[in-house]
Amino acid sequence: MLEDIQILNEKETRGGFGEGILEAGRRNPNVVALTADLAGSLKLNAFIKEFPDRFIQCGIAEANMIGVAAGLTIGGKIPYTTTFANFSTSRVYDQIRQSVAYSDKNVKICASHAGLTLGEDGATHQVLEDIGMMKMLPGMAVVVPCDFNQTKAATIAIAEYHGPVYLRFGRPKWPNFTAEDQVFELGKAQVLAEGTDVSIIACGHMVWRSVEAAKILAAKGISVDLINMHTIKPLDEAAIIKSLTKTGCVVTAEEHQINGGLGDSVANVASRNCAVPHEYVAVMDTFGESGTPNQLLDKYGLTTAHIVAAAEKAISRKNG
Amino acid sequence: MENVNLKEMATQVRRDIVRMVHKVQSGHPGGSLGCTDFLTALYFQIMNRKPGFDMDGVGEDIFFLSNGHISPVFYSVLARSGYFPVSELGTFRHINSRLQGHPATHEHLPGVRIASGSLGQGLSVACGAALAKKMNNDTNLVYSLHGDGELQEGQNWEAIMFAAHHKIDNLISTVDFNGQQIDGPTDKVMGLGSLRDKFEAFGWQVMEMKGNVMEDVLKVMADAKAATGKGKPICVLMHTGMGAGVPFMEGSHEWHGIAPNDKQLEEALTILPVTTFGDY
Repeated sequence: MLEDIQILNEKETRGGFGEGILEAGRRNPNVVALTADLAGSLKLNAFIKEFPDRFIQCGIAEANMIGVAAGLTIGGKIPYTTTFANFSTSRVYDQIRQSVAYSDKNVKICASHAGLTLGEDGATHQVLEDIGMMKMLPGMAVVVPCDFNQTKAATIAIAEYHGPVYLRFGRPKWPNFTAEDQVFELGKAQVLAEGTDVSIIACGHMVWRSVEAAKILAAKGISVDLINMHTIKPLDEAAIIKSLTKTGCVVTAEEHQINGGLGDSVANVASRNCAVPHEYVAVMDTFGESGTPNQLLDKYGLTTAHIVAAAEKAISRKNG
Repeated sequence: MENVNLKEMATQVRRDIVRMVHKVQSGHPGGSLGCTDFLTALYFQIMNRKPGFDMDGVGEDIFFLSNGHISPVFYSVLARSGYFPVSELGTFRHINSRLQGHPATHEHLPGVRIASGSLGQGLSVACGAALAKKMNNDTNLVYSLHGDGELQEGQNWEAIMFAAHHKIDNLISTVDFNGQQIDGPTDKVMGLGSLRDKFEAFGWQVMEMKGNVMEDVLKVMADAKAATGKGKPICVLMHTGMGAGVPFMEGSHEWHGIAPNDKQLEEALTILPVTTFGDY
């Protein structure tokens, strides 16, 4: 199973979003796209060309964009807001909280350039707190797909889900390895490999790195239960309990602060149901900086080697 | 509803406001009383409303309250115009009520389409709803109400720019221009300058209205309605007195967010005579 997972090509997850919203637009005439001066970065060009009357340029005014999106739902539209992850969340948190989440509006907040892999623009743009902020809002679904194909599938699927969604993806070219024809199931963990020694639960770009780590661990005789937790909320608690009960230890891997992200969601489930040794691969309560994506992932501890080391440490704690 | 005596209804709404706020010893009577004539006229005469309530509001005019703290007047007008039983007004701000301190959709109160209270967000929502009407080929209008102090929130100016750029000409936004906010007169706290000049510079058509003179409200809002569909959003600067209708509350920010005591309630209800509509 693990050995069958191979790179199909390398593509940007935001490109998957661009293809996904075009397809969602073809399937549902109520899908509309909004942007805050970042239509090109969010790969909206094909959507705008095909549906010019369903595209709303908001200019550099994200707070207004969130409110306009909330208003568009009143009248049955399904608005997708697009900008960078930082400007999709921390900049407009109160607007999302009151006008979208508390008001139960069917807005899809689509956020590119998330995490360290934004790269050279530096910490002002590298939001690492967004999963935590968004998952804390009652009723908000949080989706972090792992590659191009899955981002496309998730973008199509969220139009069919009624309620606010935060969809997080990224900027760089990244290994694309999930099936092109997949159907995205919101809230259902994707088990990539079954194993017995350690669970690795990852989201976003860190899923591919976890695949690589699992292959290295397999060569060392360590069997990994590997889960792509593409939906942080609603969380597939049953999948977590099943895996942790089987393996007795867990590593979580995410391009996010150690506080408030996927790791804390897993720890929450574990502590209430099946507490086990848990190692985090995450950013350790610090801001990022300028650099290439790979330089940053190396410096801040988000490489394949870090996941391997974390897995070995978790296993040793279990056996200790 | 067409033939309701608007002035008498406004008196009843004012009775509701002071009784609601007195009962729970909490809430915002000042701005509520100032906007009573406008909201009464809006719901009982100006807006084209369908019976019942559906969230999407397709095929009817819809209204958004941005300055959500004047929830007492909003709730009273909604109940009096048939969205929910007037008896429910007695639950305002109490536990397990649909009448939250600030308007919310969470408890599914008919008539409310968006939560408001954290200021400055309602104009953006109204713009989105107005665009949805255009996309749906729905020729009905969107109305919104905003505080003057609320315009200090920057998001409003994003929305004001947006509405003009996108030629949202099916929107009539009214500003409750009472010149007061929590910490004192607006000019002293954070001067707004000429709101007419500001809105006009952003590309809106601006009208002015005496918000506590029913005849003027009806005339100016009819003019505003006639000015829709001409490429510009409409702003109505509504001159009101905070606390209008209850003399001891009038003209001061002191009654922004405090409740009358028993004696003050009695005094207010003496000034606001019993109507044929009856108290809740």
